[in-house]
Amino acid sequence: MEAFASTAPVRVPLEHRFSPYTDNGGTTLAVAGSDFCVIAADTRQSEGYNINTRYSPKLYPLSNGSVLAIGGMQADASTLAKRVEQRLEWYQFKHDKPMNTQAVAHMVSTMLYGKRFFPYFAWVTIGGMDENGNGCVFSFDPVGTIEKHLWQCSGSSSKLIQPFLDSQMGHKHELLPPGELTAQRATLLVKDGFTSATERDIYTGDFLEIYTITRDGRTRELIELKRD
Amino acid sequence: MTLAEPLPTGGFSFDNVARNAMLAARGAKPPKATSTGTTIVGVIFKDGVVLGADTRATAGPIVADKNCEKIHYLAPNMYCCGAGTAADTEFTTALISSKLELHSLQTGRQSRVVTAMTMLKQMLFRYQGHIGAALVLGGYDVNGPQLYTIAPHGSTDKLPFVTMGSGSLAAMAVFEAKWRANMTRDEAVAIVNDAIEAGIFNDLGSGSNVDVCVITKDNVEYLRNYNRPNERGVKEQSYRFPRGTTTVMSRKVINFVDVIEGDAMDVTA
Amino acid sequence: MEYNGSAIIAMTGKNCVAIAADRRFGVQALTLGMDFQKIFRVTDRTYIGLSGLATDVTTLNERFRYKVNMYRLNEEREIGTKTFAHMVSSSQYEKRQAIPEFPWRFGPYFVEPVIAGLEKDNTPFICSMDTIGCINYAKDFVVAGTATEQLYGVCESFWEPDLEPEDLFETISQALLNAMDRDALSGWGGIVHVITPTGVITRTLKGRMD
Repeated sequence: MEAFASTAPVRVPLEHRFSPYTDNGGTTLAVAGSDFCVIAADTRQSEGYNINTRYSPKLYPLSNGSVLAIGGMQADASTLAKRVEQRLEWYQFKHDKPMNTQAVAHMVSTMLYGKRFFPYFAWVTIGGMDENGNGCVFSFDPVGTIEKHLWQCSGSSSKLIQPFLDSQMGHKHELLPPGELTAQRATLLVKDGFTSATERDIYTGDFLEIYTITRDGRTRELIELKRD
Repeated sequence: MTLAEPLPTGGFSFDNVARNAMLAARGAKPPKATSTGTTIVGVIFKDGVVLGADTRATAGPIVADKNCEKIHYLAPNMYCCGAGTAADTEFTTALISSKLELHSLQTGRQSRVVTAMTMLKQMLFRYQGHIGAALVLGGYDVNGPQLYTIAPHGSTDKLPFVTMGSGSLAAMAVFEAKWRANMTRDEAVAIVNDAIEAGIFNDLGSGSNVDVCVITKDNVEYLRNYNRPNERGVKEQSYRFPRGTTTVMSRKVINFVDVIEGDAMDVTA
Repeated sequence: MEYNGSAIIAMTGKNCVAIAADRRFGVQALTLGMDFQKIFRVTDRTYIGLSGLATDVTTLNERFRYKVNMYRLNEEREIGTKTFAHMVSSSQYEKRQAIPEFPWRFGPYFVEPVIAGLEKDNTPFICSMDTIGCINYAKDFVVAGTATEQLYGVCESFWEPDLEPEDLFETISQALLNAMDRDALSGWGGIVHVITPTGVITRTLKGRMD
């Protein structure tokens, strides 16, 4: 007969947790001008202190002429990009015209919110031309909050590059009114923004991929960044 | 009555401990110390020992110092590479360096590397790993070239080629592939450079330049920035702002004056 | 660090240095003051910026003032910038840990100091430190506070060597103002000191008050 309650420690079954998310680092950036859109990202894919690959594009050129930039977890990014592209294809078949950029943006927002309780670990930015031929940039948080920007940077170096863009594109804290931003100057600022971020952010580096979208179409440029 | 509280004379102080525990309980996050997610290596060759290090210091994912010195002076015949908490490697090596100087003055002999190693390991063991210093110690004494690693808890290794820090695996891969016994000085410097470069390029915690230190009998060559494989390219444009860009609310100028000694004061009646 | 919020930079120029800080005093998201001093004069040609926990900023300023005064009385000369930096470093590391018997008890001041000054031969000297006194010497610029990432980003782009005092002022001011606007815990105006061999120019900056 047990007269006393056992004083032995309570045994709890050992739990093993699986974390479905990982951060693969990297930075994306997009700029909207009056007649162009520049969208850029580095190509380093990392995990902890390791580089998985030096060239894993975070930019996904879409069939409607826009470009999708996704940072965060690479697996979620590529899956999301594939699903977005598939929806664009269905739209084309159904309506016999490409989806415009704003429509893509709002579609992405609902796709992200659709997974509200098991979100994609993805920081999404879309750059393209609107129906008036002006550049436009939309960015999202992982659950689909949508914002329209003139310049926007997200990812591991977002805090480093965003204030630089505020200064050089928004001319904040300057008495002179901002001049017209050209695609050429935007590209130049994007390059300097990324080379500066590469100096200080360990997750940004290797290559810089830039898409420039104008009424005439889309061009791609690849530039080397530091590899350390 | 004491007018001023006397300053502490030395050693650690725990004045803030209770206060910090209170702050932590209230949700104030303790700040991150600079750490050297590092690649440091050492290798023995025919006539001495070569030490190598990268030059990146990080605070989380941000590079705090692009060109810091991780090969520290211990004694005229001894140097020590440090990885881990930057302040700890800095102050631990400085403390042991000063003890070694006193020790060699006391004994009238040049310090031995084992002595330094023992002092370091005893100090680190005493602190049970809370002083986060991972060291590669190299030197040349009466017993020839010596090379040790010392882990933060105080354990040590004595090996012909060693690596430490977050880039230690990348560097060790190079050593395992290229190391041979009885190398010449130039061969040893070359594989040390390759090992550090492997860390710089493949480990995100390591970066920038290669520092090398060659210690032989009666000679030390400290090759600061022996290799600079990561120079920043020229910027696309200058970001100099025109004068008067910034709105100023108030302006105050303090001009220094030179006090010139004049003639002696006339003290005649 | 995040308890009160701050943004401090130091930059070198041609025979001059500049040190700048925001002026906010807040407790987490609540702003309580807009004229909080974070940069202090040490000697004519040495200034120290203290970022971090406001109580420690005040305490350490007093303590350093005491130590510098004692140095002046003992040595009958002013403390050099580099010497002062090492004094600060040792004072910080002193609080690194408690006694060996209780090594897990940490007790640092929650402050990241930034030091700027001119050496005896007028060469610029700047450095920053972590909370336990690891010195970061730099030839270009150093930053501290809650806006460090933003400051690193802009400084890395804006800074160039050999800026004259007036140009250095514009560069450091624009770096500070633009970085602060992307950090919720610092801002509310700024203050800039430019130290030259002939004097110090102190300016207060107009910044966003939100």
